[in-house]
Amino acid sequence: MSKYALRRLIQMIPVVLGVTFLIYALVYALPGDPTAGKCGERPCSPAYVAEFRKTYNLNDPLPLQYVKYLGNVVQGDLGESQYGQPIRDELAERFGTTFKLGVVALVFEVVVGLLAGVLAALRRGGFLDNLVLVSTLFVIAIPVFVTGRALQLYLGVRAGLFPATVSFEPTWFELLLPGFVLGSTSLAYLARLMRTNLGDNLSADYVRTAHAKGLSTRRVVGVHALRNSMIPVVTFIGYDFGALLGGAIITEGIFNVPGVGQYVFRAINDRDGQVVVGTVTALVLVYLVANLVVDLLYAYLDPRISHD
Amino acid sequence: MTTSMDSRADRPRPGETDRLLEVKDLHVEFHSREGVAHAINGVDLHLDRGETLAVLGESGSGKSVTAQAIMGILDMPPAVIPRGQILFQGRDLLTMKPRERRAVRGAEIAMIFQDALSSLNPVFPVGWQIAEMFRQHRGLNRSDAKAQAIRLMELVNIPAAKERVNAYPHQFSGGMRQRIMIAMAVALDPKVLIADEPTTALDVTVQAQVMDLLKELQAQFHMGLILITHDLGVVADIADRINVMYGGSIMESADVRDLYAHPGHPYTQGLLDSIPRLDMKGQELYAIKGLPPSLMRMPSGCPFHPRCAHAQDVCRSEFPPRVELGPRHESACHFAQEVVRG
Ligand SMILES: Nc1ncnc2c1ncn2[C@@H]1O[C@H](COP(=O)(O)OP(=O)(O)O)[C@@H](O)[C@H]1O
Ligand code: SF4
Ligand SMILES: [Mg+2]
Repeated sequence: MSKYALRRLIQMIPVVLGVTFLIYALVYALPGDPTAGKCGERPCSPAYVAEFRKTYNLNDPLPLQYVKYLGNVVQGDLGESQYGQPIRDELAERFGTTFKLGVVALVFEVVVGLLAGVLAALRRGGFLDNLVLVSTLFVIAIPVFVTGRALQLYLGVRAGLFPATVSFEPTWFELLLPGFVLGSTSLAYLARLMRTNLGDNLSADYVRTAHAKGLSTRRVVGVHALRNSMIPVVTFIGYDFGALLGGAIITEGIFNVPGVGQYVFRAINDRDGQVVVGTVTALVLVYLVANLVVDLLYAYLDPRISHD
Repeated sequence: MTTSMDSRADRPRPGETDRLLEVKDLHVEFHSREGVAHAINGVDLHLDRGETLAVLGESGSGKSVTAQAIMGILDMPPAVIPRGQILFQGRDLLTMKPRERRAVRGAEIAMIFQDALSSLNPVFPVGWQIAEMFRQHRGLNRSDAKAQAIRLMELVNIPAAKERVNAYPHQFSGGMRQRIMIAMAVALDPKVLIADEPTTALDVTVQAQVMDLLKELQAQFHMGLILITHDLGVVADIADRINVMYGGSIMESADVRDLYAHPGHPYTQGLLDSIPRLDMKGQELYAIKGLPPSLMRMPSGCPFHPRCAHAQDVCRSEFPPRVELGPRHESACHFAQEVVRG
């Protein structure tokens, strides 16, 4: 098992290298002058441009630039934003907020999504089942920014139940509404996944055996069937958490959450290449780690998978 | 149609004082949008302590549904039991409270299935699955229950039981998995064991070993065994009595030798003729011309009449009464006397 984990960690290296190089190349291949707009209304002085190009190794060929950049990253230096702040410190702070938002989203997703899925599976074809099917279809079909704006307007601005935007250091309560919006699509998918999966498992032979053993219905469903249904569900949740952290751009934008998504969004607008590359590199790492955790968990959940 | 049988069944006969199970006029229907499927249409059967009853019949004749009705593991809905009694030691399982019934299920009446791999839960160790019987029914703690699981794995001859108690179902061979199912079924020393085609999914060599184990355990625990099969060879080896099912009814019931020597029902004769030699184990029964009846539209009168060479007008209009052909030998055929004489 630990051998497998090690192998997977080693396998991550080329993926990280490949993805970051791609992003690096893309960002620096953008047309236009990287120093444009850095000196107010006037074009920058030749001395400034020369200094800038030297700092960021822009005179080197692209692969060499990338290698030098990577060298800094390995030493924990992600560079500075155009405003002179160290990107690493900014990211660390913002990751805390995004992580908090992701946790809120995940709790909604897991609690509401799984509950809806289980209830629907237990009452296949019934009222609750149809309610879950229709409402999840709605959530999946409507784009997040529409749901987000609508909830912000009705629950936040009009009804005043929740803050419409969050403060600079958001509390858990402030993150409830953004978290719900962020998790809503995954919640809907998870409910459907659970419904189908538990439904299939409930008609499996081993469930019939569990009944024949004289176990209570609660135990048959809650232990025997549910434990099998957890295999794809945990996989989904794990991958999804990685995606939630990186995919909060829209939600963070709507609710003005000072997280990583907002940072990237602004950096792209400001053409701040250092920030874009640094942040995306960090997000890729987070995503890969989440995947690794899921794969290790998967082996634990499904004994038929062997990692020898 | 069952009155003659009921009055006879109530009369104690020599050697039948230890009646475990008595099914009376059992009906099972499956309700769906397409209509009502009449899967079981008035089954009567009984089982005594230490006895092996074989239930024989083509696929779809209602053997498994009968067994699942006795176990109480039919999904209801779609299954409906509009009529009938299932008496276990004199108490009707069908009118019991769910809680009482659950105490019987698994502990007093246990069942094993055809496909042991899919019947075991893939994500729990086999020892855990056996131990669960003791934990849930007897309230044993984890380590005592595990010790019991190891004892049972040894009882069913699983090599290195102590080491393999934490292994998962997929890590065992087909025969070993069925042994684990058997260990789980006999864990609480049940009075009745129902084995639904327990060897059909196994290799021929392994089939005999598993049947031997069942026979051995039955003798050791003095269980009543209901062996569902379509394998005439297996039946001859281990059964005391045979019930032949067709279209959800029992067509003929007799002691094994009697049935083979003097079949009193055209369907039974068809089954016996379909296999040239009794030792052809694992042989499917499909030599009778025609198809089993549609459960949605059961034929009027005798369900076998569309396929029966002896059929007369009366067979098409009236369900045949049960005719007694000898001690413990009955046939549901209008012409049973003529048929048994050949
Ligand atoms: N859940 C169900 N819904 C509808 N029909 C069923 C169901 N289970 C069994 N049946 C029908 O009942 C009949 C008897 O089935 P079964 O008892 O499994 O036959 P077998 O004798 O082969 O064991 C079959 O025709 C089958 O299609
Ligand atoms: S009752 Fe008639 S149709 Fe049915 S088995 Fe007897 S002879 Fe054949
Ligand atoms: Mg069957």
